[in-house]
Amino acid sequence: MPYTAELKKLIKTVESTRAVRVERKKRGEEFPAIPVDQRSDILQKFHPDYREGNRKEIRVGPSKGYAISKEIVTLLEAKSRVDPAKIDLSEVDIETDILVLGGGGAGNAAAIIASERGAKVLVATKLRNGDANTMMAEGGIQGADKTWKDSPYYHYLDVLGGGHFSNNPELVYTLVTEAPKVLSWLEKLGTMFTKYPDGTMRSLHGGGTCRKRMHYAGDITGAEIMRTLRDETRNKRDKITVLEFAPAVELLLDTDGRCAGAVLYNLETEEYIIVKAKAVVIATGGSGRLHIQNFMTTNHYGATGDGLVLAYRAGVPLCFLHTVQYHPTGAVFPEQAEGLLITEKVRGAGANVVNIHGEQFVFEREPRDVEAAAIIRECSEERGNGVPTPTGKFGVWLDSPMIDMLEGEGTIKREFPGKTILFNRYGIDISRDPMLIYPTLHYQNGGLEINSDCETNIPGLFAAGEVAGGIHGENRLMGNSLLDVCVFGRIAGKTAANYVKNIGKQGKLSIDHVKKYNKEVATLKQADTPVSPMVLPDYSNPDVRKRQLTSNYVGTIR
Amino acid sequence: MSEKSQSTNPPAEIVPIYILGKRYDVPASLTIQKAMEYAGYQLIRGCGCRGGICGACGTIYRFPNDSRLHFGLACQTVVEPNMYLTQIPFFPGNKAVYDIEAIEPTGVEIVRQYPEVVKCMGCNACTESCPMDIKVMEYMSAAINGDVKRTAELSFDCVMCGLCSSRCPAEEVQYNIAILARRLNAKYLTPKAKHLEDRVKQIDEGRYEVMLRDVMKADPAELRRLYIETRQMEPAMADEMWEPEDKRFL
Ligand SMILES: Cc1cc2nc3c(=O)[nH]c(=O)nc-3n(C[C@H](O)[C@H](O)[C@H](O)COP(=O)(O)OP(=O)(O)OC[C@H]3O[C@@H](n4cnc5c(N)ncnc54)[C@H](O)[C@@H]3O)c2cc1C
Ligand code: SF4
Ligand code: SF4
Ligand code: FES
Repeated sequence: MPYTAELKKLIKTVESTRAVRVERKKRGEEFPAIPVDQRSDILQKFHPDYREGNRKEIRVGPSKGYAISKEIVTLLEAKSRVDPAKIDLSEVDIETDILVLGGGGAGNAAAIIASERGAKVLVATKLRNGDANTMMAEGGIQGADKTWKDSPYYHYLDVLGGGHFSNNPELVYTLVTEAPKVLSWLEKLGTMFTKYPDGTMRSLHGGGTCRKRMHYAGDITGAEIMRTLRDETRNKRDKITVLEFAPAVELLLDTDGRCAGAVLYNLETEEYIIVKAKAVVIATGGSGRLHIQNFMTTNHYGATGDGLVLAYRAGVPLCFLHTVQYHPTGAVFPEQAEGLLITEKVRGAGANVVNIHGEQFVFEREPRDVEAAAIIRECSEERGNGVPTPTGKFGVWLDSPMIDMLEGEGTIKREFPGKTILFNRYGIDISRDPMLIYPTLHYQNGGLEINSDCETNIPGLFAAGEVAGGIHGENRLMGNSLLDVCVFGRIAGKTAANYVKNIGKQGKLSIDHVKKYNKEVATLKQADTPVSPMVLPDYSNPDVRKRQLTSNYVGTIR
Repeated sequence: MSEKSQSTNPPAEIVPIYILGKRYDVPASLTIQKAMEYAGYQLIRGCGCRGGICGACGTIYRFPNDSRLHFGLACQTVVEPNMYLTQIPFFPGNKAVYDIEAIEPTGVEIVRQYPEVVKCMGCNACTESCPMDIKVMEYMSAAINGDVKRTAELSFDCVMCGLCSSRCPAEEVQYNIAILARRLNAKYLTPKAKHLEDRVKQIDEGRYEVMLRDVMKADPAELRRLYIETRQMEPAMADEMWEPEDKRFL
């Protein structure tokens, strides 16, 4: 749907201030950033994390008493999908050295590295391999590799500043020192980074960076990395088997308390599969599809936080889950594109964020939480400067046409081909008209507690990627997650491969931890005990479900 | 507040669509994907990113008395009255297994990996079926002509949905040929980033060890000071070779 007449009129206001804003930018004058010590004010008043009634204490399990979003708490205070008494562990269906859960960036990186170290790997994933948040990343991947202006020191400080200095220092150290190695690995695998003719990487700013270190592959960086890694996984078919549409619903331990496999659910035949493994890598990604506080989300269909639930039941503590990342710029118009991410690179390339009066109200490269809070404030009753959409929502303008004015005609089309095509489908030319945006649920900042070898507190259980916490502290900067999944995915693969070489004899398979957990959940005496992991969100029509008289749903799925 | 995800507000105009030949009445503002859910499907196949990039949701549709087929991604295409649609969530495709370190960036190599590439008869059915508006036939002919770089560039936006392949009379697997070309192009035909190699060496030599261990030990107040005082901002409009004044931490 092209812009309505009302919106077109409002766009005129944006146009009327554009020339001046472009001139200011050319002179290097930026809208003043919010001072570091004043960030918490705006966050506490306007960031959704701090909204009254959002957080709730978990009442069971290893992180009992920790207050996080209630949508996640519901899944943690839930019983298992399948009655553990029904699971017959004497009949193992598949045996492997390493079981990797999740076919995203972290899962594929782990599988590739583990297989190169001689391990036999099974990748079990919920949808197809590559149906994952990694595929959706657009903006880029950080790495301090410009020797004349950048270094891991600056990268380190930027990561910490973004995370409000709460990050786990060891994990950040690993992230920033491994970054150039990961970029080099990806280059060697044949990832088509956008480069200068002499091979120098092109790079841009992102929110919270002091140096331009956002490397990219057009505006589909994640897809380019994902499909390259997936292709490599497929090339290693002698070592790596991929099982699709087979999400894990429970972990298995052995009688010595080490992780020893998982129970998978075949989404098509609805049967449960027992996998015995010497080690398990959890790489199940994030949880945007929980629609925390009813926010729209950028995440893929399978992002339901399953890995958190599985590992938590087995005894892995959680960290940094008290903050959730809302991406400042999700589309609010047209309706069909709602929630869709508009990459931060648009702001990195110079586009201002402006209100209904065509005025700037925030520096466009604040860390994400600060930027999102500022946009929410602008649309709040207090300020009342939001742009109303035809569906009764509010947004602000992201002034993309500035980019062509700053960098030359055709820049938008060249640097943002994906978004150009997409908006063209709706009759909107983003090189001439701005986009209407509002914050959207984007990233799970925290997760399972790991160390820099990706070990959890359970021997044989490793975690990497969005499912893990600590690297980004309370707020992740753009471009550090694609990096994180490659860095820690590789490390998990390596650590797991080393681990399986010396584990000696495994004890007998056990699912007692789930029985115990279910008992603990039962003590809460909830009227209607929920079931988890969720596996898929429920988007089907409730009226239809009401008429499915003989179907039996456990949680959201049959 | 701009919240709530899957809303279908406000009660919109209702149109008939035919999923696998069966009629359902759905709101006209929905994408095909959301319309299937509205009709009562719980999607398992044919739904991945919901954002137009994973290629899980390739869909073929046509209208009564219309001689032409139409192609789209279900998550991106808005329903139209009387469309007859089917998803192609999977289409069997041949994938060559290769060692990227041991092959060459040439047309000969592509033919070695995918001998069928030369069977392309130039019918253009692939281009006509591509939901990403990629000139598929052109990248295929570039591949046949040994122009690996052009194949890579023309196919860059490919989401590997397989629709082209499902329509190809020569039984080509265009998207797999394309990714081979992209990997070859990036690895062998594009110069390596020299600065990246240099930086990896510096890290391996331990250049940042002391520097980083020091900041890691800094207390919160000191960290904030370093954050504010030592991070000179590279100006947005600075050119690539910009250098900071303070070179102690490089
Ligand atoms: C729209 C979007 C844009 C982004 N842009 C950027 C960017 O520009 N730069 C950046 O650095 N980061 C970006 N991110 C973040 C980044 O892409 C992700 O955080 C990261 O890729 C996560 O990788 P992962 O491997 O941990 O998880 P994913 O890539 O999400 O993979 C998880 C996998 O696990 C599977 N899975 C889930 N549950 C189960 C289960 N129970 N059993 C088995 N498998 C399961 C999923 O289906 C999926 O295949 C973006 C994210 C989104 C959504
Ligand atoms: S080239 Fe083929 S596989 Fe790629 S997007 Fe187009 S139709 Fe789909
Ligand atoms: S559909 Fe097949 S035969 Fe026809 S042009 Fe495309 S690749 Fe060639
Ligand atoms: S669901 Fe991924 S492209 Fe449509």
